[in-house]
Amino acid sequence: MGLLTFKGGIHPYDGKALSKDKPVRRLLPKGLLVYPLSQHIGAPAKPVVKKGDHVLAGQVIAEAGGFVSAPIHASVSGTVKGIEDRLTNVGTMASCIVVENDGAYESVEYHPADPEKLSKEEILTRIREGGVVGMGGAGFPTHVKLAPKEPDKIDYVLVNGAECEPYLTSDYRRMLEEPELIVGGLKIMLRLFDNAKGYICVEDNKQDCAEKLRQACQGESRIEVKVVKTKYPQGAERMMIYAATGRKINSSMLPADAGCVLDNVDTVVAIYKAVALGQPLMHRIVTVTGDAIRNPQNFCVCTGTNYAELIDEAGGFDVEPQKIISGGPMMGFALYDLNIPVTKTSSAVLCMKEDIVSQTEPSACINCGRCADVCPGRVLPGKLAVFAEHHDEENFLKYNGLECCECGCCSYICPARRPLTQAIKSMRKIALAHRKK
Amino acid sequence: MEKLRVSSNPHDRSRVTTNQIMLMVVIALLPATVFGIFNFGLNAFLLTVISIVTCVLTEGIYEILMHKKLTITDFSAVVTGLLLALNLPPEAPWWIPILGGVFAILIVKQLFGGLGQNIMNPALAARCFLLLSFTGIMTDFSVSSYAQKHILDAASGSDAVSSATLLAQIKSGTAVDGTMLLDMFVGNIRGTIGETSAIALLIGGIFLVAMKIISLRIPLTYIGSFAVFYVIFGGHGIDPMYLAAELCGGGLMLGAWFMATDYVTAPVTRSGQIVYGVILGILTGIFRVFGGSAEGVSYAIIFSNLLVPLIERVTVPKAFGKGGKRHE
Repeated sequence: MGLLTFKGGIHPYDGKALSKDKPVRRLLPKGLLVYPLSQHIGAPAKPVVKKGDHVLAGQVIAEAGGFVSAPIHASVSGTVKGIEDRLTNVGTMASCIVVENDGAYESVEYHPADPEKLSKEEILTRIREGGVVGMGGAGFPTHVKLAPKEPDKIDYVLVNGAECEPYLTSDYRRMLEEPELIVGGLKIMLRLFDNAKGYICVEDNKQDCAEKLRQACQGESRIEVKVVKTKYPQGAERMMIYAATGRKINSSMLPADAGCVLDNVDTVVAIYKAVALGQPLMHRIVTVTGDAIRNPQNFCVCTGTNYAELIDEAGGFDVEPQKIISGGPMMGFALYDLNIPVTKTSSAVLCMKEDIVSQTEPSACINCGRCADVCPGRVLPGKLAVFAEHHDEENFLKYNGLECCECGCCSYICPARRPLTQAIKSMRKIALAHRKK
Repeated sequence: MEKLRVSSNPHDRSRVTTNQIMLMVVIALLPATVFGIFNFGLNAFLLTVISIVTCVLTEGIYEILMHKKLTITDFSAVVTGLLLALNLPPEAPWWIPILGGVFAILIVKQLFGGLGQNIMNPALAARCFLLLSFTGIMTDFSVSSYAQKHILDAASGSDAVSSATLLAQIKSGTAVDGTMLLDMFVGNIRGTIGETSAIALLIGGIFLVAMKIISLRIPLTYIGSFAVFYVIFGGHGIDPMYLAAELCGGGLMLGAWFMATDYVTAPVTRSGQIVYGVILGILTGIFRVFGGSAEGVSYAIIFSNLLVPLIERVTVPKAFGKGGKRHE
């Protein structure tokens, strides 16, 4: 049997060698800390502090704004300077709480607990109060994901350690350095689902991680390490569920509908910390890399830290970068300013010497079909992009436009360099808004 | 810091471009081109050059006159010119490729919107235009005295002055033998400049498959379904000699590997490509077996080109997880 995987996908240059052997270094913030109120999918958090308030690390500074929402915690001690609009990593201005670090790093008292002795409700409460959200990029509140209607029907709890996005090594370092936290987090998740098996899924370019994880979960009868094929977008939710379990979900289903729950490596660690240690989510690993960075690094940083500080700590720029991306090259956001805070979902800062996208002009589609060959959603991106350009929503939906996962494979592979993903994304936004009505 | 560039994701691109793909097709056509010129002589060379130059110039002049972006460097006009030349009889007059080239680029390609918008393969449409308009010239496969020395036609001993192709002779009753088959495979026969050598075309086709420019779906279903059709209706049963002669003779190899696989005029869906290949095979079989001419590849392909939008419409692939059921 071949390695577990899915149909389609691409093999972009992975660039992981730049930073994969750099152990995670803890970084203390220097400047102001900025906490956007919306670091997750769902309602923005509501501030519970005001200008001039003194806050401690781990203290709630904004509470959840609804059920699908998550609280936000200060990651340092200091004084609230105000609540103001600031630029965030998705390129828009958003309301943020700004805290001036007093450098004392005083924290609230955390209340560790033995996860084995907590009830299911207590576990979920600790996760919710810990502000845990999906740290792979989407930022879906974890307590919602872990509370499906029928928990007994969940057959698989998957830990997504694919890290298929090029250049990113934060999950890799986490799996290598702290596999026991991942296993610990998964055990807590399994407590919630009595009939589920736990799979930790790793791409086969990270055999060393798979080995460490296997050692860490020795004796755990419900946990297994699954090695999947290295291919982009192997870590996409639907692709990973299919590779690991053979179950397929479409755009109108949730993983729970297929009896699965899937969380990213760093999220599982956050679950462990929130439940077992009582510590809220206020740190994350960020890979600072790219061919324009002097000394690529993996940093464990406080949320709210400024991106510019991370770049300084990584030795600054070797050469002037043409493009800086928050996240990886396939799904990340291009930045025009570095005065941006690290959020719960910031996985990387990627600084590129050259921007291949602006170097070439799109030319006419020659109908080669490469986009359809690589599309993991099995749609026809070339056709969808034409419908999108013509605002033909009817045909866009008829040709399964909503099944696109916006992974970017089609734009990547297009020999005419057409911005297919961009066109499809815009149309999907419109179509999804109509569907919600 | 200098201004940072922003764009929508993804921020990386494959290094394969349209130009490279077109260049690969040109390279893949070289064995057949070189063989054809070597085989048929100077006039074949001149026709090839005239055809390519005409196509590139037509595209360039049209785009300049229409104030469009100049696209002659993408090699697509070169591919059209080369394919047109390979579809011409070796002793055709010089104005034939000029007329054909202008028709292919101006009428079939540019007037429909340029690269990617044409509904028929330009080179083949031009060939069919010439075939209908100048039937005498386009079906005269006589060769120069230089070429006569090269072409050891199996039939040439008995009928050296015949200007008919072997395929036509077989259709009118000539029996197929081993030497004849070998000649057809190597290409020492009459025919258009580029279609005679099955081996040279196969080398090019395999090169395209190896470079992942084309997949085997269209060529194999085309050749396969034609073979099945010929076995059933060809009148020779499962006679490998006749079958092999039909596969190597005429334009089948050139058509199946290089013209049916033209991206622009072939379906983009996988199952659509198989349907398209089967239709091509059946149409070619009908034209060859029941038609007036021994040849049918060109007409089969441009006719099937017109069916492509329809084929694509009924072969939209099932999206991932579509119709997925909730797990109980």
